[in-house]
Parts: sequence; C-alpha cells; structure tokens
Amino acid sequence: MTNLFPTIVSRAQSSNIMNIFVPIIAIILTLITGSIIFSLMGFNALFALHTFFISPISTTYGISELLVKATPLALIATGLAFCFKNNIYNIGAEGQLTMGAIFGGGIGIFFHDTNSFWLLPLMIIGGAIGGSLWAMIPALLKNKFNTNEILTSLMLVYVALLILDFLVVGPWRDPDGYSFPKTRPFSDSGRMPLLFDGLRIHIGLIITLILIIISWFVFAKTIFGFQLKVSGFSPIAARYAGFNQKILIYLAFGICGAFAGIAGLAEVSGPIGLIYRDISPNYGFTAIIVAFLGRLHPLGIIFASLVIALTYLGAEDAQLFMQIPAAVGFLFQGLVLFYLLGADFLVKYKFEFKKSK
Amino acid sequence: MNYLELIGFIQIVLIATTPVVFAGIGELVTEKSGVLNLGVEGMMLVGAVTAFVTLVITGSYVLAFLFSILAGIFMSGLFAFLVLILMSNQVATGLSLTIFGIGLSSMIGKKYIGTPIDGLTPWYFVILSFIIVFLVGYFFYKTKSGLIVRAVGESHNSAHALGYSVLKIRLLAILFGGSMCAFAGSYISICYAPMWQEGMIAGRGWIALALVVFSTWKPSRILIGAYIFGGTSIFQMHLQGKGFRFPDWVPFDNFFSSAPFFNMSPYLATMIVLVIISSNKLRIKLSAPACLTMPFYKGS
Repeated sequence: MTNLFPTIVSRAQSSNIMNIFVPIIAIILTLITGSIIFSLMGFNALFALHTFFISPISTTYGISELLVKATPLALIATGLAFCFKNNIYNIGAEGQLTMGAIFGGGIGIFFHDTNSFWLLPLMIIGGAIGGSLWAMIPALLKNKFNTNEILTSLMLVYVALLILDFLVVGPWRDPDGYSFPKTRPFSDSGRMPLLFDGLRIHIGLIITLILIIISWFVFAKTIFGFQLKVSGFSPIAARYAGFNQKILIYLAFGICGAFAGIAGLAEVSGPIGLIYRDISPNYGFTAIIVAFLGRLHPLGIIFASLVIALTYLGAEDAQLFMQIPAAVGFLFQGLVLFYLLGADFLVKYKFEFKKSK
Repeated sequence: MNYLELIGFIQIVLIATTPVVFAGIGELVTEKSGVLNLGVEGMMLVGAVTAFVTLVITGSYVLAFLFSILAGIFMSGLFAFLVLILMSNQVATGLSLTIFGIGLSSMIGKKYIGTPIDGLTPWYFVILSFIIVFLVGYFFYKTKSGLIVRAVGESHNSAHALGYSVLKIRLLAILFGGSMCAFAGSYISICYAPMWQEGMIAGRGWIALALVVFSTWKPSRILIGAYIFGGTSIFQMHLQGKGFRFPDWVPFDNFFSSAPFFNMSPYLATMIVLVIISSNKLRIKLSAPACLTMPFYKGS
C-alpha cells in the first residue's frame, strides 16, 4: 500500500520546468493573499486588485509610467545578478544609485548653463564611475579585511543618503530655490531625451536594454560569466580551478555599482531634471526582489521588473483611491519574495509516494 | 561638561542603547543555533507598531508588550517555516522579511501617525536588558541546553546523530530572536520615543546585526559593542546641539561640521569597528557558528 503522506526527496538535478513555473506560482499566490488582506481591511477584493494591478496600466500614459519605473529596477537588478550569482550579497545598491546621481548629476550642475551633445554622455560616465567607486568600498573591505559585505554595503546606503542631504542643503543648493533643498535644474542637453512627446519614458530605457543584452552575453558566453556561476555553486571547485575570487568580487561589485549609478543618474537627468533629497523610492532595495524573482537571468529580470514596477504604480493608486499608505507596495514585494523562496523548494526537492514495506 | 551634564549624558546613552541590546542579544541566540535572520529591522518595525496600536486601542501596557512579542513570534515563525521546512536561502528570506515588515508596519500604523500616548519610564527596561544578556550568557556557557544549542550551530549533523532535533531547536532559537526584536521595537515606540512614525527604527536592526559580528558571538560583548555605538550616537548629537564646528584649517571643515556628517558618524563608527574585528580572519572563523546559513536536510 502507498503511504498517505509523501516523503520529501532531493532531486538529482534541479527541475528546469519548475524553475520557470515557480515565479509564476509566487505571483499567483501573492495575488490571492493580497485579495484576502484587502477583504480583511473591508475593501471589495476585486475592486482593490483592479485598482492595484489593472487600472494603472490601462492607458498609454500608464504603460509609459510602468516602463519609467521598471527601467531602473531592471538595470540595478541585472547589476545585482553579477553579485548574487557569485553569492556576494551586495544589498547597498540604493547607496550606489545615490552616488551615481551625485557624481553624474554633479557634472550636470557644474555645466548647468552649457549646451553640448557631449554633456549627457559625460554625465552617464560620471554616474557609472560614482556608483562603481561606492561599490568598491565594501568589495575592498571584504577582500582586504574580510568584512561582511552585507553590513558594510548597507551602512554605506545611509552614508550616501546623508552626503546627498549635505549637498542639496549646503553647497549645491539652488541660489534661486527659496531655501528649498534642491539643486539648479540641469541644462536641456543634460536631460535624457524623451522617446515620445508627452510621455515620461526616456532614452534610459534603450541604455538599459543594451546593458542587459551585454550582461546576458557576459553571463552566457564568457569565461567571466562562467567563473561567477561556478564560484557561486561551489567555491571549492572554483578554488581548485584557480579562479581568483578576489578579482571576481571587485568585478561583480564594480559592475553592479556602475549599473546602479547609471540608474541613479538616469533618474535625476530623466524624470526629475535636478537633484533633491528623495531621488529614489527605494529602487536599490526593491531591485533585490526583482533580481531573485527574475532568477538572476536577464530575460527573467525584464519580466520581474515589469511585475514589481506595477506594485509601485498600484500602491500609488491605492493611496489615492483607497487611502492605503504607498508602503503597502513593500508588503506585496515582500510577499512575492516569500512565496518565491518557499516555492523554490519544488525546484530542488520533489514529493514521492513511496510504498511502505 | 560638568558633573550634572555627565550624569545626563550617561542616562541618555543608557536609554538609547537598550533597544539595540535587546535586538542584538535576540539575533545572537538565533545565530548561535546556526541561522542568520536578516529580518531584524522588519521584526522591530512590526513589533513597534503592534505595541503602539495595542496601547492606543486597549490602553494596557501589558497587552501592548504581549501583542508585540506575539507579532515577533508570527514574523519569525514565517521566517522559520521558510528556512527550516522549505530550506530557502536564509539571506534572501531575511531580506524579504525586512521588506515585508516595512510594508506591514506602515499599513497597520497608517491611522495612528501622530496619536499621542503616555510614554513609559525606560529604567526597568534598561535593567532588564542587562539581566537578559547575563541570562543568555549563563544559558549558553553554564547549562546543558545551551551547549546543545551551540552544538546545533556548530555541527548540525553531529547534533542530529546524537538524537537532538535540529529543526526544533532552531525553531525555538528563531522565535526567541523574533520576540526579542519585536520587544526592542515596542520599547522604542512606547518608552524611547512614545509615538509611531513610518520607518522609525531607522537602521537600528542593521546595527544589531553588526553587533553580533562585533561580539564574535559572545553575549557579554553585545553590551560592549552596543554601548560603543550608543555612546558615539549620543556624543555626536551632543556636539551637534552645542553647535560644534571644526576649525577652518581642517580640509572640508564645512562638510565635517554639518549635521549630515554628524548623523552618519554612528554608521561610519560601526563600519570601522566591523573592519577592525573582521580583519582577524582566524578569530571570525573560530568564533562564528560553523553551520551559520547552512540549511539542514535530513535526507530520506
């Protein structure tokens, strides 16, 4: 006779089908949980879900806004994939984003009365360098002093945000800004060109797509991508193969920081046009969820960034129409990751109904 | 600084450091059993908001702390289910617990921002924090149960072979950590700053995590680390309050004399201390629980 309860059996090889299905299962479970939570709060669950997930993208403008939010998320998450693939937990992308905005935006402020084709490329390079340098700090501390990168990269987020605070209140404050803590606006050539008139979606989307394609190539076709993967799966095998783990750490952090920095610069020179305190609604942290939900795969990350960007838009609408704080978006993001990590079980293990003896 | 000022300074340091001690010692117990829970910040937030809302609704301090601890058990129970039963990645699960906690706490607390309450005197809690650290130290190094928890953290296979239930012991350690973090949160929203505000934990959860590394997983050193951190944060606030400025010949004196620099000094101090402690690779390797972040799979 067969047992009533299945036993858990480790799969010899992780299941590819499950690998793709698990994120979808996670999203469906999140929607179900979300509707239960909304019903408990006394809302019509269907109305709430519609407000949250359908109405924000039912107009062209809405879809453009979705892409505006998904762009930085996808870019940062792709950068994070370089770290996470190698089990390096850089969770300070928010700080690297801020530093990118400061470095690249600083160039924009310095040349605020200059109009030149080269200004924007210069700012983008500045953003990449800024983010990359900031990410080098935890990498250096990890390599030289064995310091836990989770904690240092996170502490540096607070430091970066306070440096930004210092700049916009102090030396970089707009002299005509009526003591409001913001900088001068960038000149027109320091702004990301818009893709369509009347919509906020800008050329940052194209830059992001190009960088994601390059990353895909690096992951799939280069030795460096292979080394990252092997070191992540089995550090011991990587050591035997002679991979230099320290250089991998520098590279992963550097690339991730550069991507986050470009995302930060694209925020200030795209939709915002100047620098002030709240340049990012936690994109750097949310991108961690995007990276995991997208399975650290560039294509997956693109889909995941769209899903998570929708929680941002939905939360904004829910705040307007249902008087729910926008932070409820984080609730959904946390839930999605919970379900994803939980359902990952199905990739590595399977249930078997064994015959009892 | 005269005598009275010094007494006042020490009092504020004691009051401000206590929550980090609670959270730090809770996380230390969790990590001793071989589980890393990065959800400290989220659990503290949920604990803080639960205590505050319970107090506003019922008016009872006892219920407020009780519900807060229950909330901590719920949050850490969720984490335990994922990492113990479903064997998920502990780092990612802990991060999602924090993100989930940020969302959940601001949703629960939305209606209560700015509601006034009568704060509770912090002194009993300050004393309690020392007692708990002592008890945890006693538990780990003087009792058999403490030895078993440490054994589970050092080598779960050996502990399992000896017949101890690895998962049950880890579950208890995680739940203890969760309730301590929630308790720390409730202390903040009821005693330290009697109010509710979104994100009011302001990174203390992460500081607590850094403290565990600093302590090299020894309970008494949680106190030392917490007071170094508490002392610097209050000292910089004191300097700010006095309008302290670096002299002009110091490079970037405007930056170093600004409020943002003072506000970042506790984070910088934490980082510097972490670097100093971790630079001795052998010490970290010897003192960290050997099974930290490793899932336990019994096999079939």
